[in-house]
Amino acid sequence: MLKKEDKIFKNLYNEFGWEIDSALKRDDWKNTKNIISKGRDWIINEIKISELRGRGGAGFSTGLKWSFAPKEVGSRPHYLVINADESEPGTCKDRDILRFEPQKLIEGCLIAGFAVNAHVCYIYIRGEYLNEGKRLQDAIDQAYKKKYLGKNACGSGWDFDIHIHYGAGAYICGEETALLESIEGNKGQPRLKPPFPALVGLYGCPTIVNNVETIAVVPTILRRGGKWFASIGKPKNTGTKIFCISGNVNSPCNVEEEMGISLKELIEKHAGGVVGGWDNLQAVIPGGSSMPLLPKKICDTITMDFDSLIENKSGLGTAGIVVINKDQDIVTCMARIARFYKHESCGQCTPCREGAGWMWRILDRVEKRKATFSDIDLLSDVTKQIEGHTICAFGEGSAWPVQGLLRHFRKEIESRCREDPLIKKKTNNPYLVDQHLLENKNA
Amino acid sequence: MSLKKVHDDQPNNFEFSGENLKRAEEILKKYPKENKKSAVMPFLYLAQKQNNNWIPLAAMKYIANFLSMPYISVYEVATFYTMYNLAPVGKHFVQVCTTTPCLIRGADKIVKLCKEKISPNENEISKSGNCSWMEVECLGACVSAPMIQINDNYYEDLDEKSTKEILDSLIKDKPLKPGSYRGRTNTSPEKKLIINGDKHA
Repeated sequence: MLKKEDKIFKNLYNEFGWEIDSALKRDDWKNTKNIISKGRDWIINEIKISELRGRGGAGFSTGLKWSFAPKEVGSRPHYLVINADESEPGTCKDRDILRFEPQKLIEGCLIAGFAVNAHVCYIYIRGEYLNEGKRLQDAIDQAYKKKYLGKNACGSGWDFDIHIHYGAGAYICGEETALLESIEGNKGQPRLKPPFPALVGLYGCPTIVNNVETIAVVPTILRRGGKWFASIGKPKNTGTKIFCISGNVNSPCNVEEEMGISLKELIEKHAGGVVGGWDNLQAVIPGGSSMPLLPKKICDTITMDFDSLIENKSGLGTAGIVVINKDQDIVTCMARIARFYKHESCGQCTPCREGAGWMWRILDRVEKRKATFSDIDLLSDVTKQIEGHTICAFGEGSAWPVQGLLRHFRKEIESRCREDPLIKKKTNNPYLVDQHLLENKNA
Repeated sequence: MSLKKVHDDQPNNFEFSGENLKRAEEILKKYPKENKKSAVMPFLYLAQKQNNNWIPLAAMKYIANFLSMPYISVYEVATFYTMYNLAPVGKHFVQVCTTTPCLIRGADKIVKLCKEKISPNENEISKSGNCSWMEVECLGACVSAPMIQINDNYYEDLDEKSTKEILDSLIKDKPLKPGSYRGRTNTSPEKKLIINGDKHA
C-alpha cells in the first residue's frame, strides 16, 4: 500500500484547487531552475535510474526514449509532443491530471523539453476533452504570467513554448505517428516505422512523444531522486501509477497506488469490492480494452505490473481496470469491444480494416446464438491474420481481446453455438456452374 | 472509420466572421509558417461553431483557400474525424457513450430513453426541433459511467431517473448543470475514507 507522503498526485480529486498558487503550495515548480542547471545528461540519467516506464500503454523506458533524441540540434528543430488523446475504453487518468494537476504536466514539459533539446511543445488533447483543454490553457497562461514559460523559462536560460492541439474523436490518433500526422493537418493514419519519431517525427524533425502521466511524474522524480521512485513497487516495474477502476464495482474511482499491488487488494480496498462479492467476479480487463481479459482464477493472485501481466498473456496497458461480474454476459461485453475497434480502425491496412468487422460480426452471431462451431475456429483464424500484419499496434489491440476471450471462455462460446445442419444437401455439380441457377428447374 | 453522410441542402457561401478571422490568425501563430496546413483541424472547429454546429462544403472550400491546400485534403480530414458534423445536429446535441465500461453500468437504458424522448433514430432532429442524439465510442470518463456528453459538457454517474430529468430539461431548452449526478467529488471513491493527500474524500 502506498504511503501518503509518497503520493505524487495529491490533488487527484481537486480537494485543494488546481490554480497555480495552490499548486505551488504542493511543491510544484520548486527548484526547477536548479534541476535544469544540472544538465540534460544528469536529467536523463536520473530518469534511467528511476526505471520509469511510459504510462501510455507500451511501457517503454522513458529515459531510454529521451536518449534517442539527437544530442546536438542540427538544421532541424526538435519537438516535444504530449499525448493526451486518451481514448482507450476503461481509461480516464489523464483527464484528471489535465483538470486538477496541470502544473505538474507543464513543469514536466519544460524539463523534458530541455532534456531533448526542444523549444516547442504540442499537447494533443482529444476533442471531447474541450473543458479539460480550456482548463489546461488557463494553467498555461498562469505559468506564462509567472514567467515559468516563454523566453528564459523559469530563469533557466531555456526558451520554451507550449501549444494545445485538439483532436476530433479518432482513437487511432493515440498512436504516436498517427498523432503526428494529425498535428500536421492530415487524417490520422499511422506511419511506417522506422524511421522512428525520435529522428523523423513532426514536420520531419526529431520528436519525442510521451504520455501525460509519464511527463507529469518527471518533476517529482527529479526533486526526490530516481532512487526514491525506484524503491516503490517492484524491480523493473517501479513507481506509482494511477489506476482507473470501472465496471461492476461498488465505488468506481481513480486511485494512485504503487506498481505491483495485487488486483484483489486494489479492487477491495479502493473500489469497494466487486458488486455481489469477490465470488461474483467473472473476469477483469486489466489494462484498457486492448489487453486480453483475465478470468477469476488468475485475478485471485495477479499483481498489477507490466511483467507479471505479460506472463499471464495480458498487459498493464494504461491500467484501466474494467471489472465484469457474473451478472454480465461476457460475450456481449467483448462483442461491444470488437464493435469499438471496427468503428475506430483507420482503414489503412486491409487486415485490420476488414478483420475488425469480421470479428465483430462473428461475435455478434455468437451473442445471438446464431453461430456454428466452425465460426469459432474462423474467429480464432481471423485474429491470427490481423495480429502482426498491420502498420501499427492497433491490429494487435483489436485481436488480443478476442484471443483472450477464446482462451478463457471457449466453453461459454461453444455452449452458444450450434452444429452445422447434419444432413447437408448433397450435390455433385461441376465446378464451373452458377450454383444458384441449379435451384431453378428451368435453368 | 465511420460512415458519414454529407447534408443534401448546402449553403452556397461561407466566410469566417470578423471575430473568427482574428482567432484564425492567432491559431496560425502556433505552427511554423511553412506548415500552415496544421491549422486545418482548429479551423474546421471554428467553422463548425460558426455554422450552428455543422460544417458545410462551402466552409471546406473556404478553409482550403485560406490555407492554400487542396480542397480534397480538407474534405478528407473533415470526413475522417467523427467530431466534425457534416449535417445539422440539434441545438442540444446528446452523445451517449455505449462502449463496454458504460454498457456494463447500463448505457443501453440511456439509449432507450433517448429513443423515447428525443427521436427513434440517431442523428435525427427531435419533434421539438432542438435536440438530436447519437451513440458514440468511449468518451474517456469510464469511472463515472454511464455518462453522456451534451454539446461540450459531460453528465456523469447517471441512472434512469436523472437521465429522464436531463433529457426533459433539454426539451424545455433549460439544460441542467453538467457534472456528477450522484453528488460525488470528481473521480474519488464514494462513502469510503481513502487517504489521498491530507484530507479524506
